[in-house]
Amino acid sequence: MSLILPIRKDFPILNQTIAGKPLVYLDNAATTQKPQCVIDAMTHYYQFDNANVHRGIHTLSERATKAYEAARSKVQKFINAAHGHEIVFVRGTTEAINLVAQSYGRSQFKAGDEIILSQMEHHSNIVPWQMLCEQTGATLRIIPMNQQGELIFDEFTHLLNEKTRLVAITHISNALGTINPLEKFIETAHQHNVPVLIDGAQAVGHLPIDVQALNCDFYVFSGHKMYAPTGIGILYGKEQWLEKMPPYQGGGEMISKVSFEKTTYNVLPYKFEAGTPHIEGVIGLGAAIDYLQTLGLASIYAYEHELLNYATEKLSSIPGLRIIGQATHKSAIVSFVLDNIHAHDVGTILDHSGIAIRSGHHCAMPVMTYFNLPATARASFAFYNTKEEIDVLIQGIDEVKEVLGTC
Amino acid sequence: MLDLRELYQEVILDHNKNPRNAYQMLDANCQAEGFNPLCGDQLTLYLQIKDNRIEKVSFTGSGCAISTASASLMTEYLAGKTLIEAEQLFNDFHNLVMLDSATKEEETLKKQLGKLSVLAGVREFPARVKCATLAWHTLKAALAHEQHPISTE
Repeated sequence: MSLILPIRKDFPILNQTIAGKPLVYLDNAATTQKPQCVIDAMTHYYQFDNANVHRGIHTLSERATKAYEAARSKVQKFINAAHGHEIVFVRGTTEAINLVAQSYGRSQFKAGDEIILSQMEHHSNIVPWQMLCEQTGATLRIIPMNQQGELIFDEFTHLLNEKTRLVAITHISNALGTINPLEKFIETAHQHNVPVLIDGAQAVGHLPIDVQALNCDFYVFSGHKMYAPTGIGILYGKEQWLEKMPPYQGGGEMISKVSFEKTTYNVLPYKFEAGTPHIEGVIGLGAAIDYLQTLGLASIYAYEHELLNYATEKLSSIPGLRIIGQATHKSAIVSFVLDNIHAHDVGTILDHSGIAIRSGHHCAMPVMTYFNLPATARASFAFYNTKEEIDVLIQGIDEVKEVLGTC
Repeated sequence: MLDLRELYQEVILDHNKNPRNAYQMLDANCQAEGFNPLCGDQLTLYLQIKDNRIEKVSFTGSGCAISTASASLMTEYLAGKTLIEAEQLFNDFHNLVMLDSATKEEETLKKQLGKLSVLAGVREFPARVKCATLAWHTLKAALAHEQHPISTE
């Protein structure tokens, strides 16, 4: 444990009190905090290098462009993509999924086609496909899960058929913590020549990602859940698909030649990066990747797994507390409910002890429906959290019961 | 420092544990559904209205302590009220929980609202104001004969 403790000083926001108590930030699945080096990289950009990218021939523009493209290479290496031009900068996971739905899906799918999703998807991996279905006449098929919160692979194999055009599933469930065994889903889909999109929002920054080893066709994630700023995210797509896809938005940057008669689109990845991008976000993302690599993703995963085991053990010992999501392979996310206490009350009372958790449906209402719950409380961990903070959470839950008189 | 007891007062805890008028009214002649997408709270409000007066009122649903207690307290207050009085109660309650800080107006409102004013504490917890007002917005929808479920968002 002590190895990780000095890391906390890299995150200035953690050093504060809430309601007179030290902040215990356990809402990392919603967004992670930013290390000083990420904040500094963005400040440095505005203090010294700010200019538009890929435009001017002046020094500042060259510097900004260099930093911007260097970050793209960092992302490429970080997820082991084959090519830098397979990395498209977008606003976040949500925009990446919408991009694939509206560009790939809308140009390829027709009435009667099927898209396979899973029961544990975040709304952002449901709604863009529903919108696409309305536009094209395609339909959704859903991979069910079991009571542990694991996808039922056999059911998936039955859903695949000659009408299936795409499989879009999450790497890690934001509501349950389940780590899906992606390899076998991807391999099976490919046997039917069906491409696979992976929602990696909860995975990147918590475990090593190798998109070539996974052999997924699209992998999408957000910067802000991996210690980088909000408003920046990544669409990774295999070249063969991205080449086929029409642009998502029109504007500057995504063109190579424009006349009123005809516009020729730019090459990858610029075809998908219309308009001036979120340059400081990209630079911050690059700095976050550098930071994560100094810690090492394997060490981060091992440490967070230790936190998960500790939290699971401690929470399980609380009478009246039930953990929702008991998959064999889990990320450091623990959703729970307390007998006769609503998650929203848990959230308010814990905040009073300086503990930040999430309460609600976690933008995964089908998961709540499956477990017949209106909401859960969710503690989600990052490598800067400690076992001592989990102890504070446990005491906080005792206080919740006391305040609400359900002891 | 905000005091949790300002929010979770005894009256609220009591109404949360033992909500009054919490049943499905089979002979209701007016009803509406309320939903708070933020926390997933949902509520169905049943009213029996005769000659512009609320004769009976009940609710069902699932929600947090604040929304359950608020619904329970509201049903206690509404029985016997005319529709105009109910509308006035809605306005007074809404004003009480939305006030920026303690004012002279607050004292007047508290007097008018009696026991309902225990919910004034939510003002200090902005994320929870919607919990307290869900039942009341649902009432407004029911009285306006809203066809669609209402939402606090």
